[in-house]
Amino acid sequence: MAEENVTSESHGEITMRLWRGDETGGEFTDYVMPSVEGEVVLDVIHRVQATKAPDLACRWNCKAGKCGSCSAEINGRPSLMCMTRMDTLPPGETVTVAPMRTFPILRDLVTDVSYNYEVAKRIPAFNPREKTADEVEAGGYRMQQIDVERSQEFRKCIECFLCQDVCHVMRDHEENKTAYAGPRFFIRSAELEMHPLDVNDRRELLQQEQGLSKCNITKCCTEVCPEHIKITDNAIIPLKERVVDAKYDPVAWLGRKILNRTKRTPSEATADSPAAGPAAVQPEVEVHGVPLPDGVGGVPVPVTVMATQATVADHTPSD
Amino acid sequence: MPEYESHDFDVIIIGAGGAGLRAAIEARSRGLRTALVCKSLLGKAHTVMAEGGVAAALRNVYDEDSWQVHFRDTMRGGKMLNNWRMAQLHAQESPDRVRELEDWGALFDRTKDGLILQRDFGGHRYARLAHIGDRTGLELIRTLQQKAVADGIEVFMELKVLRLLTDADGTVSGLVGYWRPSGEFVVFKAKAVVMATGGVGKSWTYTSNSWESTGDGHAMALWAGADLIDMECVQFHPTGMVWPLSVRGILVTEGVRGDGGVLRNSEGKRFMFDYIPPMFAAETADSEDEGDKWYDDHSAGRRPPELLPRDEVARSINSEVKAGRGSPHGGVFLDIATRRSAEDIRRRLPSMYHQFKELAGVDITAEAMEVGPTCHYIMGGVRVEADTAATTVDGLFAAGEVAGGMHGANRLGGNSLSDLLVFGRRAGIGASDFATDRSGPVTLDEGQISAAIDAAVAPFERQDGENPYDIQHDLQSTMQRLVGIIRTGSELDEAVGKLDELEERATRVSLSGGRKYNPGWNLTTDLPSMLSVSRCTTLGAINRKESRGGHTRDDFPKPVAEMGSVNFVQRIRDGGSDGVGGTPSIRTISATPEPIPVMPDDLKELFEEAT
Repeated sequence: MAEENVTSESHGEITMRLWRGDETGGEFTDYVMPSVEGEVVLDVIHRVQATKAPDLACRWNCKAGKCGSCSAEINGRPSLMCMTRMDTLPPGETVTVAPMRTFPILRDLVTDVSYNYEVAKRIPAFNPREKTADEVEAGGYRMQQIDVERSQEFRKCIECFLCQDVCHVMRDHEENKTAYAGPRFFIRSAELEMHPLDVNDRRELLQQEQGLSKCNITKCCTEVCPEHIKITDNAIIPLKERVVDAKYDPVAWLGRKILNRTKRTPSEATADSPAAGPAAVQPEVEVHGVPLPDGVGGVPVPVTVMATQATVADHTPSD
Repeated sequence: MPEYESHDFDVIIIGAGGAGLRAAIEARSRGLRTALVCKSLLGKAHTVMAEGGVAAALRNVYDEDSWQVHFRDTMRGGKMLNNWRMAQLHAQESPDRVRELEDWGALFDRTKDGLILQRDFGGHRYARLAHIGDRTGLELIRTLQQKAVADGIEVFMELKVLRLLTDADGTVSGLVGYWRPSGEFVVFKAKAVVMATGGVGKSWTYTSNSWESTGDGHAMALWAGADLIDMECVQFHPTGMVWPLSVRGILVTEGVRGDGGVLRNSEGKRFMFDYIPPMFAAETADSEDEGDKWYDDHSAGRRPPELLPRDEVARSINSEVKAGRGSPHGGVFLDIATRRSAEDIRRRLPSMYHQFKELAGVDITAEAMEVGPTCHYIMGGVRVEADTAATTVDGLFAAGEVAGGMHGANRLGGNSLSDLLVFGRRAGIGASDFATDRSGPVTLDEGQISAAIDAAVAPFERQDGENPYDIQHDLQSTMQRLVGIIRTGSELDEAVGKLDELEERATRVSLSGGRKYNPGWNLTTDLPSMLSVSRCTTLGAINRKESRGGHTRDDFPKPVAEMGSVNFVQRIRDGGSDGVGGTPSIRTISATPEPIPVMPDDLKELFEEAT
């Protein structure tokens, strides 16, 4: 491990162990910095850039938890650097910051997240129903607050891609990326499925192209979401139920074929709420961090942060 | 000859915030080959930071509202320095722009009748702000982003534009930049270019702006020969956090004061009662008792002075700090903890409560916040023709915060998001029409391309030079100290000298570590823009010998009538390449007073009716 400006550990200093390198390899480098009250991890990274390593790559924008740019793995846990206060980390211990593991490394703490933008392109666009005569006159659609709130929850997503990073389906199985959209895009689909105006039926697509059934609902995505979106309970499980209904219910299948019906009625949608559904009970998954081994070189430590229930099973919760 | 990748489009939009996305959608819908170039990842632009809402006279809550009332509010808020035609178009068209978002998937909060809900905001006579909780900007950008993706617009993310390229006759012909991930250079040929690059706040120490707000669009337009106006008009929001470091500059919503929060100095005194200007005395409470009654019943007393206009409050905070009565970290105390129950605070200000809890470890239900003015928004910008968003350079258009005129000397809350939509669309139309009508080949000047690329890589060939972070830090301190919320002639003159020194130092930056995702290099290529816009703000401030809206002069504390009818126009003519990174030196920027467009009589009558 490279060491730079390492001094004896004294009160008022912190050691930042930052991954430096690119797609060809790299290593963790220690930077000893004076401790400053009230800082977040991103503040310390910025001080490292300004005083010791001007070329240290780190992606960020708003530094207020609103843009979702500064995602990284801090002491093994996928987090936003701007929302992780230094005083919440174990005092006196080295703080390790590594890039998100699921995405290819560009440089240092910055990864290539273009996979997510490619998936986004394949999601069929929002397709609203026609306005009624009353709505044309009123100048806009009429929707009730209670009906927009379900999709509003998913639209809080800041696209930090921490849920994608932690999802074992991709994290541990690179090959799955070709046929798996991941939690961020399951909530995008859920948002459109539950949107009061959208008329597209997205269920076959979810099953066949987005790999919804590969999700084994370990809830790791929900655990790391900085917006506290209930990704598993409120999006993925209801989607799985809809997909199962579409796939195995011959009446529903026939109905769709005959009537060319493309959207469920509100009452059917309501019946899908996690509170009403049978699959709301989920296995509790313990979340724990794994300490980083010392002396790692070459590639980032394969940090397994969340539950290690990594078997990718092709099943749905109703199995 | 340096190597670079080449592209060719009809219309290129620089910046993917609200204005850029809206412009791109418009150009694409007209069948033009459209590209969107942005410095960060798509969807991360500063627009996501907007909270309160988008102002539009939808009349969903108050039927009495109209575009005329919105227009009048906007002009008054801007201290009548606004381009009247922009304010008119904005007020007339914003309702359609908001409804259109809904057609594209946005989910606004609803009225009981199921229509888009609107909320009250400072300076707006009626409840006018369509919103989604306190995350309206995110909804706006996500809606436009998803629409742009669905429309198949080509997006070049994490691409920093260095310079505009121009034909022999000065018409814009393209741009040169580099991919931030690889550091490789890119040249775009374009029939028309739309600037939608946002603001300039990163040149101040305390700012609510992200790293991207370095004034790239303002500066590139200026270097290409465009006029800038009103650059001295910078909005300092009175309440940004100053401590802890982790939240320095982050905005504290005016809603804290609206809900009963008060400002106190180090002696615990509600000092705002000492700063009530004569102009507002008739409508402002003169005792704590009276002010406190107003919150529950507006007829029981007059408004507390904590709710004076932003410039008044910011100035007062500044005076308290200068008088030695500030908080330990150079602000004052914003106290809601002793004023409202913990339950009330959490219910009425949930995002503020969580923001401080998570970011700062501050429990606002138990302790006061330290706050001070934070650089928030620039009203000034590239001079545009209201209807087409055309700048004074052929083929160059501008929309959003980078454009000047719409907001005059001071912007009302909520008018920024509507500005993006209205003028983003108009810039898209203007650029499309120009590109369609443009005849003859678009030619690129290899000399301009080589000069920009050579200048960009030059710091890697130097050794033991300046650290770009030090220069940025010193620039921010200079602007914060000398061209901040309160200005005075001698300090502004001092700032000119400091900026000259900083420009000289910036030509001596040395770098290592290669061009691949190198933040030190990225910052180095932002420094020319930051220096140019800082100079423009300083020059405008020197020339505007009065106080108006966001521009406050200690030595000229009152508005001056003659100054209310002029813009200070900043431009460069034949500026050469002696500045940083081969740009024209900031010493070549000039400021000239020019009359603002005169409002037609039928609109003037709206102001007579009101008084």
